[in-house]
Amino acid sequence: MNLTALQFLAAASSSKGIDPWILAFSAITVVVTIWMGFRSAKSSKSASDFFVAGRSVSVGWNASAISGEYLSAASFMGIAGMVMLSGYDALWYPVCYACGYLFLLLFIAGPLRRFGAYTIPDFAEGRYDSPVFRKIAVCFVLFIGFFYTMPQMKGAGVTLAYIFPGLPYWVGVLVVGAVITLNVALGGMKGITLVQAVQYWIKMFAISVPIFVLLSVYGGYGKNLSLNKSISDSPPAIVQTVEPGQTERVLPAKAPKDEDWIAPFGPLTTKAAKAAGLTPEESKPYSLLYTFSLIVALVCGTAGLPHILVRFYTNPDGIAAKKTTMWVMILIGVFYVFPPVFGVLGRNLLPELYEATGSKGPDKVVLELPILIREKYGILGSILSGITCAGAFAAFMSTFSGLLVSMTSALAHDVYGRMIRPQSSPEERMKMFKWCAVLVGSVSVLLGAMVEPLEINFMVGQAFAIAAASYFPLLFMSVWWRGMTMKGAATGMLTGGLCALFSAALVNASTLALDKGPMGKLFAGFSGINDFWVAHPLLRILAEQPAIWSVPLSIGLMIVVSNATRKTIPVDVRMKMLVLHAPEALGLKQEYIQEHQGPAH
Amino acid sequence: MSDPTHDHTDFIHSEEFLHGLMRRQLKLSIACATAFIVLLFGLPLMNYLAPELMARRVGGFTLTWLILGVLFFPYVWVIARLFITRSIALENAEVQVAAEGNKRKP
Repeated sequence: MNLTALQFLAAASSSKGIDPWILAFSAITVVVTIWMGFRSAKSSKSASDFFVAGRSVSVGWNASAISGEYLSAASFMGIAGMVMLSGYDALWYPVCYACGYLFLLLFIAGPLRRFGAYTIPDFAEGRYDSPVFRKIAVCFVLFIGFFYTMPQMKGAGVTLAYIFPGLPYWVGVLVVGAVITLNVALGGMKGITLVQAVQYWIKMFAISVPIFVLLSVYGGYGKNLSLNKSISDSPPAIVQTVEPGQTERVLPAKAPKDEDWIAPFGPLTTKAAKAAGLTPEESKPYSLLYTFSLIVALVCGTAGLPHILVRFYTNPDGIAAKKTTMWVMILIGVFYVFPPVFGVLGRNLLPELYEATGSKGPDKVVLELPILIREKYGILGSILSGITCAGAFAAFMSTFSGLLVSMTSALAHDVYGRMIRPQSSPEERMKMFKWCAVLVGSVSVLLGAMVEPLEINFMVGQAFAIAAASYFPLLFMSVWWRGMTMKGAATGMLTGGLCALFSAALVNASTLALDKGPMGKLFAGFSGINDFWVAHPLLRILAEQPAIWSVPLSIGLMIVVSNATRKTIPVDVRMKMLVLHAPEALGLKQEYIQEHQGPAH
Repeated sequence: MSDPTHDHTDFIHSEEFLHGLMRRQLKLSIACATAFIVLLFGLPLMNYLAPELMARRVGGFTLTWLILGVLFFPYVWVIARLFITRSIALENAEVQVAAEGNKRKP
């Protein structure tokens, strides 16, 4: 495999397809990331260093690190691609990615931090005194994690295929996956915190600087948007917006029409209804439903992402955790204004991307746009494109690293350290952490190699929907309702989460069956589902965006089953609730730990 | 459970304290969440009910694009900021209440 990769590299570089600037910037990002990982590997020795960085990270560092981990390939590349492809409707993604944090802050961040545990499974076990429940909760770290790594891997494949023209998509996935896996296996989270924080600033720089240059060359955000006619525009207004000397752009046949693109309820949300042959008026209620379901998935899903919640435990106290969240919201909010601008510019300047699919399609608009500057300002275009490539590397590397740490911790800390061999020594666990990292990394690469035809951003949305139907109800209800029992929590989380997981997988399989490449053949067995979707557009929407029914289903089951099993409410539930809600200054946490450890020892 | 240093009859372990604590916190969180949800679900509804109004041009943007693509973020920051100051104040007040309550009860 390595040999073929090398041959491709040699062939690509000899044909002068590689821009040296782009290569240089990307290489620097990768080398710096690895170097920082290795350097800090020396300073992280103990197992708790590995798992949550010794809990001593300052607000500024932690906020940058959370933001760095959160801004994934979906944020950096996927949003721009989706806005270019679908227009207005895609704006819900960046907005809800950023604003979901508010929900986390309002209902979950403070109590969870006060309760104090390494991971969500720790919380699940502690809140219900149930080791069984821990095992159930661990499964979802892996489910959500693998769903979330697929789009990161696609980002890696697309970027490497852009830097090395001719390189097959899967080689890019393999190379990046191997590098990051190695880095995580050797560095642990201490290294990752520092790397994540630095990578936030790389990403911020890489998305904003090219935008400012592009906007100053090609006109402002509003001006570029105004090139798209909307229903309310009177005809003369359009003539005014096209400046003299500027020819009206010609969009390829595959591109959505201006009026559909700029207005709400466009191609993204009407796809299912259109396939069923409904008129635009008939399909509007479907679109509204789609939009609401998407919002629920993204907002609730943010609160249930396993790799984000772990970081709340790295704050020294509850107030610091709240301040961190505030800063995270500002850092990611500012960032999310930029990617849609790439999408808008891409529609006007690079309409040819609409014709292509997979790794050559709109998902690479962020990488491709800055190179246009080369025509006017020569080398500057290459430098800017190099910067966005560096940002893309930072994006998928940081998120993939974070996910890898979470999933590996779940395997090493929970599955191995608590279930398989509770008597294992710290050295054995450290060794196991490394092996688990390799295992999780390999599975991610395999999955990532299969998803080239799917949109990056769409896949991330699915991971959020699964988190919204499993972890969010668990956390929300456990924190605010005393009547919850372990059985209620487990039933709700499992049913809601698995329903969302299966419907997302079903939609992906049917989409992959439509692919003309090798994946189409592999998933050909699922092509029958597409006929079903055409006949039942409502079911298609509910399967594609399951949050609107799976979140209430999950919460409803929790309430019903908990009421039925009221006898099994933990006896010290009042004390647990006090620990979750009382200010830390009262010192109830220490008291709780003492009491809890008393009978056991 | 029989640790002699902690008696569970004092005020901070009482039902009264916990109930008030959770109520006040939930009230604050729900108030902030409502402000957020009104815009979050109101905007698609406005797009649905008043498409002409939402498509009005504001400096090249359509009104709805301007709200969703730019103005939404500062709106959420304001809510977050308010919540954080209020909840820190709330925590300090709770510590006070606990201290006074413990004095009252022997």
